[in-house]
Amino acid sequence: MRIVLSVNGKAHELDTHPGQSLLHGLRGEGYFSVKHGCETGECGACAVLVDGQLTNSCVHSSAQAEGTEITTVETLGERPGQGWKLTEGLHPLQRAFVESGAIQCGFCTPAMLLAAKQLIDANANPTEAEVREVLSGVLCRCTGYVKPVQAVMHAAAVMRGDAQPGDWFTPTELDKFFIPSPPDAGSGSSAPAGSSDTLVNVLPRVLIAPQTETWKRVGRPEVKVDALKLVQGKPAFTADVEPRGLLHAKVLHSLVAHARIKKIDTSKARELPGVVAVLTHEDVPRVVYSTAGQSDPIPGPLDTFSLDRKVRFVGDRVALVAAESADVAERALKLIEVEYEELPPILDPREALKAGAEIIHDETEYVDFDESDAARNLAAHIHIDIGDVEAGFAEADQIVEFDYVVPKVQQVSIEPHVAVTHWDEDDRLVIRTSTQVPFHVRRQLAPVLNLPIRRIRVIKPRIGGGFGGKQEVLMEDVPAHLTIATGRPVIYEYTREEEFIAARSRHPMRVRMKTGVMKDGTITANEMYALSDTGAYGCHALTVAGNTGHKAMALYVGDGKYRQQPNIRFVADVVYTNTPPSGAYRGYGVPQGFWPVERHMERIARTLDIDPIEFRLKNALQIGELQPFSTAWSEGREPSPEIIETNGLEECVRQGRAAIGWDQKFGNSAWRELPGKPHLRKGIGVALVMQGTAIPYLDMGGASIKMNDDGSFNVLVGATDLGTGSDTVLGQMAAEVLGVGLDDLIVYSSDTDFTPFDKGAYASSTTYISGAAVVNAAQKVAERIAHRAVLILNEKGDGPDIDPGEIHLEDSRAIALDGRSVTFSEIGHHSLHHAKQEQIMAVGSYVSPVAPPPFAAQFAEVTVDTETGMVIVDKLVMAVDSGIIVNPITASGQVEGGMTQALGYAISEEMRYDGKGVARERDLRDYHIFAAHEMPELETIFVETFEPSHPFGVKAVAEIPMDGVAPAVGNAILDACGADLEEIPATPERVWRALNLNK
Amino acid sequence: MKVSMTVNGKSVTRDVSPRTLLVHFLREDLDLTGTKIGCDTSQCGACTVHLDGKALKSCTMLAVQADGAAITTIEGLANGGLHPMQESFWENHGLQCGYCTPGMIMSSTALVQNNPNMSESDIRHSLEGNICRCTGYHNIVKAVKQVAESMGGGD
Repeated sequence: MRIVLSVNGKAHELDTHPGQSLLHGLRGEGYFSVKHGCETGECGACAVLVDGQLTNSCVHSSAQAEGTEITTVETLGERPGQGWKLTEGLHPLQRAFVESGAIQCGFCTPAMLLAAKQLIDANANPTEAEVREVLSGVLCRCTGYVKPVQAVMHAAAVMRGDAQPGDWFTPTELDKFFIPSPPDAGSGSSAPAGSSDTLVNVLPRVLIAPQTETWKRVGRPEVKVDALKLVQGKPAFTADVEPRGLLHAKVLHSLVAHARIKKIDTSKARELPGVVAVLTHEDVPRVVYSTAGQSDPIPGPLDTFSLDRKVRFVGDRVALVAAESADVAERALKLIEVEYEELPPILDPREALKAGAEIIHDETEYVDFDESDAARNLAAHIHIDIGDVEAGFAEADQIVEFDYVVPKVQQVSIEPHVAVTHWDEDDRLVIRTSTQVPFHVRRQLAPVLNLPIRRIRVIKPRIGGGFGGKQEVLMEDVPAHLTIATGRPVIYEYTREEEFIAARSRHPMRVRMKTGVMKDGTITANEMYALSDTGAYGCHALTVAGNTGHKAMALYVGDGKYRQQPNIRFVADVVYTNTPPSGAYRGYGVPQGFWPVERHMERIARTLDIDPIEFRLKNALQIGELQPFSTAWSEGREPSPEIIETNGLEECVRQGRAAIGWDQKFGNSAWRELPGKPHLRKGIGVALVMQGTAIPYLDMGGASIKMNDDGSFNVLVGATDLGTGSDTVLGQMAAEVLGVGLDDLIVYSSDTDFTPFDKGAYASSTTYISGAAVVNAAQKVAERIAHRAVLILNEKGDGPDIDPGEIHLEDSRAIALDGRSVTFSEIGHHSLHHAKQEQIMAVGSYVSPVAPPPFAAQFAEVTVDTETGMVIVDKLVMAVDSGIIVNPITASGQVEGGMTQALGYAISEEMRYDGKGVARERDLRDYHIFAAHEMPELETIFVETFEPSHPFGVKAVAEIPMDGVAPAVGNAILDACGADLEEIPATPERVWRALNLNK
Repeated sequence: MKVSMTVNGKSVTRDVSPRTLLVHFLREDLDLTGTKIGCDTSQCGACTVHLDGKALKSCTMLAVQADGAAITTIEGLANGGLHPMQESFWENHGLQCGYCTPGMIMSSTALVQNNPNMSESDIRHSLEGNICRCTGYHNIVKAVKQVAESMGGGD
């Protein structure tokens, strides 16, 4: 059927069919700003304005839109559609989003802009609540909504004439937020901008380290280098490029949890017109591998096949289809006939190790790693003993022992997994994919596809969030096998349901804590046993569980003699079950560790009647001490000692407790009660946490920098910006060394053909590892520039000859001590065209011998409804020592977004299965992530320390915000009403049960 | 208008506008971009394909005129691997930029099929409809001659 509609004022005639969504209709016409995030109208990424009304285009058919006027982001701004349009041409909303850091991955940005436009067009002076309400239909997994809300408020003010574009960070504003360190620690100074003064709330407070005084780029709230294209909705993401002759892939997923495939009949599916290929385990090479995106050798068992004769969870792969359209491929799936021999499924991890349990991995190709044992359903086993734990228990006045449970949760990047593959003209397989690990994808897929590494090229375009879910070679093999089979380009795009049933998730764990303490609060020994459920495959099984101990159990070493000789034991069994595989998720085992550790510390402090903060700091790791696990374990490789050089934990506690008003609220029973509402109770809680920064002696980042004629530079990094802002902070470090602005750099990541190797975006390593690689390359380039400047200046002969050592770089000039200077444009032209020509260019790489931990104090304030068990989190404050903060806007964006994901972990997110292993949560209605209108107030404070192992003193920031929210909320619930939770999320039912058990 | 033909052994049916040239039909509708457009005026030969076994400049013909015909393009010339003419162009450095190569190869294969016994001068004259700006034709002629000779011909 043909319909006519108008898009951005231009008439379009669409050849559509009744089943086509407006989302696909618009993308088919080239409006790629309209994004696919789900199919059920829940995430809002596909929202457009239909006759001025915000509408989710995925649940609106093209036919319904006949005769309407549709508005997409492509039309916003003064000069839409022109490649050269710059910031001046932006709509005030777009400009505010760019300047405020409201964009991280940018995938939900077009929909947010349209939602905000609808509001502002109708209401020039919206309240914050109104802005949150209108943004509530667009889910964002990156930002925590702080900056998008502020951006809309600011844009409205600009449009009313109450504010000027770009007036966010006046020098006075910066002075309010950037406080020289050390501050007046005891003063308990509160945040300079109260919650009502919303317009400048996008900056965190930063306690500035003195080393940063002279820096011009590092430490500044620079605008993200990719913000412009994202705010304009340009086709920057994986699915936004559609090669000729593109086929659509679909996968037949198993409906049973555990079975052998006796027979598959694909003949009817193959006969369906439009079907080009159907592949089963009989058609693809049988190569065992691991989907965990990690360096070689993979620190875990090899237990996965592209397609297997056995299915191990509901959602496991059975067959692959490629067809001319997604609809045809979908129909073909229904025509595939599968006969199963069903096997008893293991759904409870406690059953997996029992004698006589069904063996999930009985394939002969299985390759063990370390202490895995497939015959016992054991994917990994860890036993770490530091000091003498039994002696420590014997010396204790009291032993405290409790069990804790943490759930399986999903990363929920708003952009689902998606990959497009094609043969290039050299018969090399090109994989354009939404990944955090492009170089691992290339290396790990090569044997699976039976191609040499050199015949694969992986391109990582802009990524719509990953959070660990894309540290996985999850599904690129599907379109790759189909491209190999058909010779044609293939796109495979996960649905939201596939994200829930056939992607990865956080390992759920059951944890037992046992701690020995003296009456004075000294910890004498600390033991954790973790039973981790890796699901059907052992991806990240060993390393996630290892991290649980390595980070969460390292924070409390004890006091006095125990500081030198801590007694710590960590034991973990990681077992297979017939549930969807677990994997990497931001925090990587550490949030699983800190729920038990920090709930346990709270219980001990209360048992001993010691102030919970004092008790924690008395036992916490300090500067000059050994990271206790550093000599005991390193992912199955040789460990090496690491001394803590920087630790701002005490200052974080001071700042955080002042910001949340701890001293006025904690233990204050009057504060806990709300007048006239006896069923409500307020409570306050704390958790101290630490993480790591990269994996020592393993994680390597590379960068190359090339100077152009006009004094600009290409900065090519293998590091993988997935929305975090790493391209920007890496650019800031290069700009600082080279004495240029961020506008002088063209930062590109990543393409295995063009950018140097980088292990990828994980383990909180990019700013630290890839940053050091960039600095290394920039220093070499700076040296060549100095030589060239000397050549030019001495040629001119305007003064005595000078030496390259007398040159410094500033404002795109090479300047000699006597003030003579050469511009970078002169240097670029001279080096490429005029004399003794050379390409000024260098490569740098970096691997670290240490993994300096960031530290943080997390505070939470809650209100509990004691009748229903409902918990409302009112405020979260996180004070973080992440070393030097390269960009306070992007760094606070990490903390705000991380706290918001962690809030879901604490309160609402959970993946559960019925008795047959069928997922209960399969969409974003049943699986609840926080929306803009449900958010507590978030506050971020950075306590800078200068980490000496890095040229700019940085440590990690990305993962630590995941660690403390759940236990801080749990402790606040206890403080409010006495409900002493052992399991999260803190749903009303769990809180109600805990309360009623207490009575 | 509906048009049906066999292209590289597969039958295709498409709805095309009557003004569509065969070369555009091949490139845009069938995604067979090996066939090149060099002049739009039938002078350069970059668009040469086989129509019912004969070499033909596909920009001289409407798609609807090819209704019912069997077309072979460079993509369909070899049956797996390379055609001897492709091998010979490769071995003899018969290409530089490669833009005229598909047309040149389509012309040459039709040529040697019909006339195995050709002198160098015959080959040069017969390829006059295909223009090359890179090679000076020397290695192209050498490549075609080698194939012609291997097919049992000679000077």
